[in-house]
Amino acid sequence: MVIIKDGRAIAGEWLHLDNDAAIPPSGQVTVSLHRWQAERTALMARPEPVGLRLEAGDAPDAIADDLQRFPLIVLSFATMADGRLFSLARLLRERFGFAGELRARGDFIVDQIFFLNRVGVDTFEPTEDISPEAVGQAIRTFSVRYQAATDEKQPLYRRERR
Amino acid sequence: MYQYDEFDQRIVDERVRQFRDQTARFLAGQLTEDQFRPLRLMNGLYLQRHAPMLRVAIPYGLLSTRQLRMLAHIARTYDRGYGHFTTRQNVQYNWPDLDRVPDILADLASVQMHAIQTSGNCIRNVTSDPIAGVAADELEDPRPYCEIIRQWSTFHPEFSYLPRKFKIAVTGAEQDRAAVQVHDIGLRLVRNEAGEVGFAVLVGGGLGRTPIIGETIRPFLAKRDLLSYLEAILRVYNRFGRRDNKYKARIKILLKETGVAAFTTQVEQEWQQIKDHLVLDDTEIERVKAHFTEPPYENLPAELPGAVAQRTESDPAFAAWFRHNTFAHKVPGYRIVFLSLKPPKVPPGDLDHRQMDAIAELADRFSFGEIRVTHNQNMIFADVRASELHALWTELREWGVATPNINKATDIICCPGLDFCSLANASSIPIAEEIYSRLDNFDYLYDLGDLRINISGCMNGCGHHTVGHIGILGVDKKGEEWYQLTLGGSSANEAALGERLGPAIAKPDVADAVTTILKTYVELRAPDESFLQTVRRIGITPFQEQVYGHH
Ligand code: SF4
Repeated sequence: MVIIKDGRAIAGEWLHLDNDAAIPPSGQVTVSLHRWQAERTALMARPEPVGLRLEAGDAPDAIADDLQRFPLIVLSFATMADGRLFSLARLLRERFGFAGELRARGDFIVDQIFFLNRVGVDTFEPTEDISPEAVGQAIRTFSVRYQAATDEKQPLYRRERR
Repeated sequence: MYQYDEFDQRIVDERVRQFRDQTARFLAGQLTEDQFRPLRLMNGLYLQRHAPMLRVAIPYGLLSTRQLRMLAHIARTYDRGYGHFTTRQNVQYNWPDLDRVPDILADLASVQMHAIQTSGNCIRNVTSDPIAGVAADELEDPRPYCEIIRQWSTFHPEFSYLPRKFKIAVTGAEQDRAAVQVHDIGLRLVRNEAGEVGFAVLVGGGLGRTPIIGETIRPFLAKRDLLSYLEAILRVYNRFGRRDNKYKARIKILLKETGVAAFTTQVEQEWQQIKDHLVLDDTEIERVKAHFTEPPYENLPAELPGAVAQRTESDPAFAAWFRHNTFAHKVPGYRIVFLSLKPPKVPPGDLDHRQMDAIAELADRFSFGEIRVTHNQNMIFADVRASELHALWTELREWGVATPNINKATDIICCPGLDFCSLANASSIPIAEEIYSRLDNFDYLYDLGDLRINISGCMNGCGHHTVGHIGILGVDKKGEEWYQLTLGGSSANEAALGERLGPAIAKPDVADAVTTILKTYVELRAPDESFLQTVRRIGITPFQEQVYGHH
């Protein structure tokens, strides 16, 4: 799977650990919310950082104080139609102040990247490959953005003279 | 009416480009049907029984004559010459070719129109009172807020993949003509004790499979908080609405399962966190309001001009039209004129391209170049000088849109049903025609008074059957078309869902059953009592006895 960040394809340097896979002694890994909550102490003792994977139904409120320590949060798309992750992304960015890498991973399509970018997702790891150029184009699909969101702090009527 | 500025125009132009690319990718096999589906639906494009169907938005029902001429052009150029006006202030084309849809969208964009979010699991076309701005019982014109909501909801990055479709209606009048109680969110302009105007917020109403009347979750919301409050409701719904079962995915189910009090608390808590970050500024309200100023009315006497008054004496056909299809206007000397899209033998809501062009021409001459479309599938000229009523009537009659039956039993709301819709269980247009043909005597029609008959071809309820005074729902019984009747529904102020009359009725017997119901009403009504009042007073039992007793 290709990973696009800042307009370029990057290498997949993270290992996305299944819930029942053993934790390797070294190397960057991501874990599910459940696993983070269950094995927090052991995971924090590792030399390399740990990333968090969230699913559409996860509520990050319970670990709000931990969120800052993750360099990466992965939003796992089981299906492209599940819009909960769009709300989750905004909450992570705007309510919990998450400033690290926010990655969409899984079943989403290029036509959703405009929206994903607007809610604060900055890295894209789709199941079906998308070229860096296509990602860039998708982000620029619309040059007008009526709403305030993560990318624009103010609605259009405050940004432009209308 | 609202005129696009460069930003609004750019967004619809860019949408055309985007959809052209998406269609090309689909036709080239680069998008699967599953991937293309949500994209085309968000542009109102269905792949239907016979051909694709394209649904075009008429935001809050307002059309300029230039726009209506474009709708005529599209009907002529890309379709079979007609369009179907729906119960949600949209227009549908039933026969476009998929590969030409991007061209249709480009034509629409050239007159500030679009098909954005007319279907799919997103925020749909915002609807409103069709006589907004000219209604005498209006606290404030709701249309500027509709436009503000239209812009806020257009390509909302967080709310484009909701659990299910989401409909918002706004009214500013005492009489609810926008059916705000049966929308996912209904907004009603109200004045609070301090004298400020804001919104009462209703949530969770809806028709379809599980019809429910909405609940007021906030009796007063300041205008500055409109968008943040909508955003709070939508966020709670987007996060917690059910996605496991599409029949339980509307916000009404979330409201019911969570409980009104708990749901309201969730919304209020979310809102507290965002209300200061998303403020609807007065300057923006004023900017949009400036597009909805009154047309240059003349100073006219309040009484009906002598020549017109005389015609109402001497010409019974004109008199009937004047009485039933024109309504009081807030400005002296003007009338609100309804065009009936319910003549005999035409599917309710259909107009051909010649009629659309003619109506545009008449609106230019008689009503400041504006037309409204109503959710009862009719049209309105909102600002007609009373002195010109006869001249207008003569021409409307020629075009077949002056049938004097507004709000009467033949002003039937009807979805496309089995003739066009792939979801249908049963046909609805032939049922409407059969009932219509039993009501060809106008004296009888007027004696029946105000009466709303609504017909849907399946539980989805596009024909709003649950809020019909008489509701008719097509059901499938072992491959045959049967119909479930309800009585006593209404979407007006005293909103109510119709009560089921009894077992479903076979297709050949439906019109008879309706005739029997009407006869029973005439026999049992008290003096001056409307059909709805009679049903509410005596209940449905006497009707049941008559309808089922005969069989
Ligand atoms: S009510 Fe059913 S049959 Fe009628 S248009 Fe809607 S989905 Fe189609």
